[in-house]
Amino acid sequence: MTNMMLETAKGIDYKPSLQKPAQANPVPADREGAVAAKMGVYDLDLYYKDFQALKKVNLEFPENRVTALIGPSGCGKSTLLKSLNRMNDLVEGCRIEGEITLDGADTRRAIDVNSLRRRVGMVFQQPNPFPMSIYDNIAFGPRTHGIKGRSDLDEVVERSLRDAAIWDELKDRLKKNALGLSGGQQQRLCIARALAVRPEVLLMDEATSALDPISTAKIEELVGELKTRYTVIMVTHNMLQALRVSDKTSFFLLGEMIEAGPTEDVFTNPQDERTADYVAGRFG
Amino acid sequence: MSMRMDTALATGEPVAPTDQIDALFAKVSANHEARRRATSLFLRGSVYAGAALTALILAFLVGYILVKGVPYLTPSLFEWRYNSTNVSLMPALVNTVLMALVSLVLAVPFGVGSAIYLVEYAKRGSKFVQLVRTTTETLQGIPSIIYGLFGLLFFVTALGWGLSLFSGACTLAIMILPVVMRTSEEALLAVPDSYREGGFGLGAGRLRTVFRCVLPSAIPGILGGVILGLGRIVGEVAALLFTAGTIAQIPSFGASGFAALFDSARTLAVHMYVLASEGLHVNQTYATAVVLLALVVLLNLAATFAAKKMSKGNNND
Repeated sequence: MTNMMLETAKGIDYKPSLQKPAQANPVPADREGAVAAKMGVYDLDLYYKDFQALKKVNLEFPENRVTALIGPSGCGKSTLLKSLNRMNDLVEGCRIEGEITLDGADTRRAIDVNSLRRRVGMVFQQPNPFPMSIYDNIAFGPRTHGIKGRSDLDEVVERSLRDAAIWDELKDRLKKNALGLSGGQQQRLCIARALAVRPEVLLMDEATSALDPISTAKIEELVGELKTRYTVIMVTHNMLQALRVSDKTSFFLLGEMIEAGPTEDVFTNPQDERTADYVAGRFG
Repeated sequence: MSMRMDTALATGEPVAPTDQIDALFAKVSANHEARRRATSLFLRGSVYAGAALTALILAFLVGYILVKGVPYLTPSLFEWRYNSTNVSLMPALVNTVLMALVSLVLAVPFGVGSAIYLVEYAKRGSKFVQLVRTTTETLQGIPSIIYGLFGLLFFVTALGWGLSLFSGACTLAIMILPVVMRTSEEALLAVPDSYREGGFGLGAGRLRTVFRCVLPSAIPGILGGVILGLGRIVGEVAALLFTAGTIAQIPSFGASGFAALFDSARTLAVHMYVLASEGLHVNQTYATAVVLLALVVLLNLAATFAAKKMSKGNNND
């Protein structure tokens, strides 16, 4: 139940396996001072066959902060998110140029794809629990990465559900099928499932867009707590959500990163006219 | 009509006033309503009739066989050894179960494996996948007697396995492979991609994702294919006459171990065929049919039960 116990659990190396090299690009300062970049995207060009979905994107994601990616549909923000944990590898005809780093290491050359996806967890737009029990859903990741002991798994499951603020609701029905939960519970279960492999970064792809306002509020609150231990990167269509939850915001349009900076600045004092129009709701 | 309206809209001319459209609806709706009701009554009637007819035919078939067969279900029919007086169906019954078991053991791993390859590993919609799919569809349409002939030439003669349980099982395995494969493929295709994304997203490799996330929810569909295959195995005669022969004896596993797989073995369907063509034991043939029916039901239940066990935890409880 305690962090101590989890950290001694076998099979998972919780520390980043690579040391941070000297940063090539300056790390953007936010209002709380300079923060190291956990992940970075440098000169990223991404193509789906002939279509260029991302154009020369440069962006850094500060550690222990929430970064929001906003922009109209089709602007490439989800594509960027998916390239951070290489889910785009599954898309046929997807080609990437440029560099994506995690703790300074190239995600496509220096890190094994499965360990990258463990370290960079993902929560999807539609809750996607596996058709198995709540317990087995959470235990799936740890089992995949080698945790076998019953008591170890129990620890991980409880800890993850607690971290996702859903333990009290679910503790008496761990053996029940996860598909019987409500949409909001399913999504928090999916967050717990992602947390169960002790990721360092959590990607959220419009994770609240399929949920009701109360569930959304719960998840937003949760994200606020999670950032003390994780780096969160979220795609959202909800501008107010970006404003409420994120520390840094980046605005995308037609595959280009138009503007990025501390969330307050982007919303109250945008540097680019297109950003100003978008956050004011004049298009998109 | 719509053209004119579009033009009117495009040029900004006023479109037909609403009361004109209202009049249009008033004119149509009077007799239209009555006609629609009559059509729907007729359609509903024919749908019910179709369903009733199907159920009736099944009930008649089963009822007829039961009435004709049940009175002749005597203990002598279940004696361990067959002779021409008791025409015992026991050896055939055991052989049928053995035949089904061996065929499925051969066909299901291959069928499900190929389906997994086609859906999860091969590039979707590639030429090779198309080719395999067309091939399996063609194989599905080939009459069983041709499989029988192939089995006779290949397993029985070329490989020298003789008329035997194993030759028959191999032939039947090839025969049901396309069914198992196609249904498994459909079942896997029906699994939402979000399960795959979930697995990959947690850092599980492809193998683990397929076997732990995708396959469990495809099991009911795969089972459908297995049951279809089972039905064909149990009911097959033509292919088995050529490959497994008609000796009404349980292979002598006790005496010769697995070599007994190469004994000739008559299944229930073949047994029925032989009895019926001799024409000397018509009543016993009906009784055998009753047992065959019961066996099919039993095997299906067993397969369902097995699938439930395999996908345990997938069912809402």
